Amino acid sequence: MSNATLPALSGYLRADGRKGIRNVVAVAYTVECAHHVARLIVNAFPGQEVHLIGFPGCYPNDYADRMMRRLATHPNVGATLIVSLGCESFNRRGLEEEVAASGRPVHTITIQQNRGTRSSVADGVEWVRWARETLDTQQRVPMRLDELVVATICGGSDSTSGITANPAVGVAFDQLVAAGAACIFEETGELVGCEFHMKRRAATPELGEAIVACVNKAAHYYTVLGHGSFAPGNADGGLTTLEEKSLGAYAKSGASPISGILKPGDVPETGGLYLLDVVPDGEVRFGFPNISDNAEIVELIACGAHVTLFTTGRGSVVGSAIAPVIKVCANPDTYERLSEDMDVNAGRILTGAASLAQVGGEIVDLVAQVANGAQSCSEALGHQEFILTYKQFEASGPGCFPLKAA
Amino acid sequence: MSHPTIPSAPRLLLMAPEDNCLIARTPLAAGEALEIDGAPVTLPENVPLGYKVARRALKTGDKVLRYGAIIGTVTADVPPGAMLHTHNLVSDYIPTYTLVSDAHSFIGSTH
Repeated sequence: MSNATLPALSGYLRADGRKGIRNVVAVAYTVECAHHVARLIVNAFPGQEVHLIGFPGCYPNDYADRMMRRLATHPNVGATLIVSLGCESFNRRGLEEEVAASGRPVHTITIQQNRGTRSSVADGVEWVRWARETLDTQQRVPMRLDELVVATICGGSDSTSGITANPAVGVAFDQLVAAGAACIFEETGELVGCEFHMKRRAATPELGEAIVACVNKAAHYYTVLGHGSFAPGNADGGLTTLEEKSLGAYAKSGASPISGILKPGDVPETGGLYLLDVVPDGEVRFGFPNISDNAEIVELIACGAHVTLFTTGRGSVVGSAIAPVIKVCANPDTYERLSEDMDVNAGRILTGAASLAQVGGEIVDLVAQVANGAQSCSEALGHQEFILTYKQFEASGPGCFPLKAA
Repeated sequence: MSHPTIPSAPRLLLMAPEDNCLIARTPLAAGEALEIDGAPVTLPENVPLGYKVARRALKTGDKVLRYGAIIGTVTADVPPGAMLHTHNLVSDYIPTYTLVSDAHSFIGSTH
């Protein structure tokens, strides 16, 4: 395990100083009623960097509004087409203004004022073709590792996840954090039982208290809902309890000090290790915090993540819109069954064919390759999953960002 | 959190020295003779890859440790080498939901 050979990176420079590792045209629907039109526009560009995002709800929601603004101005996004029905509550004008202020090309198609489905699709395709041609002339510039944001999530966990893939990502995270990158781990609902371990790693005592409060909030939320973040497949894979799953998931965070807690849409201002708090604030409402893995991946991306390391034991195949997903497979049997979907075979740690340090190093190398434009498996297979639902958050407290940049 | 080490029995993983469960590195068959901490044990049942077995005799109410941390409470007496799963180990936080045949049911309960 060596930090000396981390490769040089390149990315697309944005007006806010951040750099993107992809140059995506985002097509954003602002209510489910505009989803089909937006999808038909995206479908006209198979195999190209044109990705579908959107919010299905017709009722207003501050969280969804903030998420859409962060996503439409994510460093991996070069231009945004907004597709609105016309009568929904979503603040499409506010979104358009924010994207325009970020220096990106933006255009809004309102279906009710644009002669319906066929005309809206035709106009959307024409605009995206223009945006695509514009973005394709942009050149990549050198990018430093401390400009990179890497996230991790686990999905379809089994008993091997906490032995192989998760600690291997932890090794990779330690190297990336040491090199100045911002790294984000998640799911306070899957860290129930780990709160006092995490408290000891907090950069300040105030942050330690905030971490414990954050996990208590998650435990309460899931208890009220009557169902922990634990799927039947987790038990089929040998995991018995939520706290066992949590301890395995926690290994993804590595051993670096924890620099802060993020809420969805908070972008870390400096490098370091961050915990993403995905559980809503206030009384329990709107249902399960994240209805499936992609809801969480979208939140990690809204925090500025350029790339997500997805560990899986049972074998998830998802990718994401906007930011590539790298699959780290924990279970050697699963890897054999689903190798076309898996980027890294961490099951070799279990069979003795590779060490934890070797696989951790492979993950770091792959992050650099994908950052420089190589496609991850899910990306090459066209996976662009996206989910955004209702939530409610209060602003992050001062204890959550003890290491703000001066 | 400590990294995995391979104990005397090469097919079982000990995640932390204080743990009272071991993890199957490969699928293990009922009747297989293994050594756990120097003592011979004949496996009473098949153990799939990644599943847990008791490292020593456990009694109802004992806490199970994996990674050196508590992962739940035992609901029946368990002999060394027997599998630990939803039939004899429950969460101290939130019950585990699992699919049984085609029917949905909750297994275990909180303490």
